[in-house]
Formats: sequence, C-alpha cells, structure tokens
Amino acid sequence: MLLREVEYARPASVQEAVRLLSENDGARALAGGQTLINVMKARAASPDVLIDLIDLDELKGIDLGSDGTVSIGAMVTYSEILDSAEVRARPILAEVCAQIADVQVRNRGTIGGNVCSNDPTNHLPPLMVSLGATMTIVGQEGERSVSAEEFFLGVYMTAAGPGELLTRISVPPGKSDGFASVSIGKDGTCIVNAAASVNGGARVAIGCVDAVPVLLQTESTEDDAVRDAVRAANLDPPSDVHASADYRRHLAEVVAVRAVAQAKAKH
Amino acid sequence: MDVISRKTITVTVNGESYEREVDARRLLIHFLRDDLDLTGSHIGCDTGNCGACSVLLDGVLVKSCMLLAIQADAAKIETVEGLAENGELTALQQAFSDHHGLQCGYCTPGMLMSATALLRSNEHPNEEEIRRAIQGNICRCTGYVNIVTAIKAAAE
Repeated sequence: MLLREVEYARPASVQEAVRLLSENDGARALAGGQTLINVMKARAASPDVLIDLIDLDELKGIDLGSDGTVSIGAMVTYSEILDSAEVRARPILAEVCAQIADVQVRNRGTIGGNVCSNDPTNHLPPLMVSLGATMTIVGQEGERSVSAEEFFLGVYMTAAGPGELLTRISVPPGKSDGFASVSIGKDGTCIVNAAASVNGGARVAIGCVDAVPVLLQTESTEDDAVRDAVRAANLDPPSDVHASADYRRHLAEVVAVRAVAQAKAKH
Repeated sequence: MDVISRKTITVTVNGESYEREVDARRLLIHFLRDDLDLTGSHIGCDTGNCGACSVLLDGVLVKSCMLLAIQADAAKIETVEGLAENGELTALQQAFSDHHGLQCGYCTPGMLMSATALLRSNEHPNEEEIRRAIQGNICRCTGYVNIVTAIKAAAE
C-alpha cells in the first residue's frame, strides 16, 4: 500500500527533535514504526512530517542505578529488553516483552512507541502503571517527570503532548510481579490484560477495559479480595467482535486473579 | 535541519551497492521490488502480519513493509536472493526442498529469512525455538509441520 505523501527528518539531538516537532504542523515522532507505519497505510493516521528518533543516543540504552532502578531509553526495542542483563533487576519487563507479537516486531518495536501510542490493547501501559514507573518527558521548556498513572490520559493520548518527547522510563526494582492476558492468538492483540505487583497488598492495572489502564489496590492478595476489587471498580469495557462487554468484565476478574497469583509466587 | 520529502539513499543489498533517489513515503519492500527489481521478497498482507516481506537489515530480521526505504539509508540488507551463492542452495534452502517445506511458495522467502536469522544466533534450536522464530511468518498451505522439519534438518 502506498503511503500518503509525507516529509521526513532525522534529527541528531533531542533539542533538535523537540524543535522539529514543535515547528511543524502535523509532525509526529517515528520510533520503531511497527504501529505508526501500518496505521499510515490505512490512513488511520496521516502525519505530515515524520521525525525519526533513530539517531538520538539519549533515547537508547538501559542503565541499572545503584538503588536497583532500571532506566530504559524510549527507543530501546523489545528484543534489546529481552537480551538485557540490567533489565533482570525487574524480570517482568522481559517476560511481558517476550509476549509481544513476533521476532520481527520485537526487533523494531520500542518501549517508548508502545506506551506513547497508548492503544488500550497494548501490553506495556498497564505494566508501567502496576510497576509504578516514571516517565521523563522533554519539551521546549525543559524536562519533567510524570508517573505512569498520570502519563496515560486517553485512547492514543499521553502526557507527552504535541512538541514533546518521551525520553526515558524508570522502573523501581522488585520481583513480585505478574502479567496475564487473554489474546487473539498466542502473543496477539490483547482482549483483556492485567499486570500486578505485590508488596504486602497488590497493585493491579487492568488493560483493554477503558481508555487508560484501570488501577486497583487491594490490601489482601487472596483471590476473592482481588475479584471483589475488580467487581467494585464497575468496569464499563467496550464490546466488539472479539468479546462482549460482559465477557470482558468476566475476563478482567480472571486475568487480575492470575496476575496476582503469579506475582505472589515470585516472592 | 530541514524536513525533506525526497532523498538519495545508498544501500548495500546482498553485497551490491545501490544508490537511488526515493520519496520519504516509499516503503522498503516497494523499494526492493520496484526500484531494485529484487522481487524475491513478497508482499502478502501489507499490514505487518504475514512476514512474507521479511529481510535482514544490518543482520536484524525485520518486516520490510513496516519500514521506510529512507530509514534504511546506509544499511546492509540481505534478501532471499542473497542466500544461494553461485547457484548453490544453502543447507536451509536444500532442506526446504528435501522436506517439502512449502506448497504454493508464497511465504517461503520470509520463512527462509526468519530461519536464517534463527540459525545464525542458535545453531541447534529445539522445536519450540523454531516455532517461536517463525511466529511472525504465516503459511496458509503447509500447517507448518514440514517447515519445522526442514529447519530442524538444516540445523543437524
């Protein structure tokens, strides 16, 4: 399929990228392109200018801080996460990235692209929320940090607004995490997913049931307590060809319980 | 830096250097097939699902329908045409023939590139690793059994 005409730039610095994003109407950041190029084919997105982030070293690499915090550049691919020794400080990151699509997509697709596209069926938005990740955003006014809970604003919308760039994601250390999903085929698009982190109580973030991940916190990690918390959230998920709203509500309980059970088992 | 709508790019495909002017909107698969006349890589779904367009970009397996040609500037690309040398099939290609690892053949170029990438990083993959490696390649004929058998045979 031919793409609509588009212009292109490959800036060499974050400052230049932010300037290009601010100065050009209809400009969009191009990360791995594993979503954006496809939606451009279908004309579901029609950017006028693509700002390719591939040369931005500040958006690359994975660092492990002395306190165990993992800092991941927005342009780090899923495959790089799978191969990273530093990421083992929070093993769930690689476990979930291994469930995204296929080898080719994992070789190009990036953690920053996944969270910034903020498709409600994506794997990483609920995971970032349950892990309590922090996003670093750079704009022309400088740099700021936003918690994952505040980062996801709506369908395809995040706190990284027009003219801004997500540069890095910081994830605190830990290991009592779980992730469960029901997907369309193995490692396919999620119908409902849930990420859980247990530290005394549980933090559970459910995806695919609302515009942004739904965060639930429970004091008890028992199955019934998790089920009750999901019911009390009065989820109003969408119905589509893959699942009715009622079925998604049911699945939300199931995957939340599974994710918490997985997290508990990793103590 | 200004934004551009066209650029002259230089790529090395299967060891041969090419210089061409491309529109920014040109997909790498169209560049390979239509500009370089390398029609071995196929367009199956054009939506990033089927893997028939898989190529190696600087040694990394990618789907060339989800990449702009302009992004591949200065890259080394390997396509299915580059596998056989002097008319001699690779062990993997021969195994696909010996084990009937194809029927209509449409997915075969992508399957071969995915399996080539696998065997470079893992000389003796088990069946699960083979199936995972070709997860991004769809075959509607074979049911995959002979493809997996062929890759296993090539690794032995």
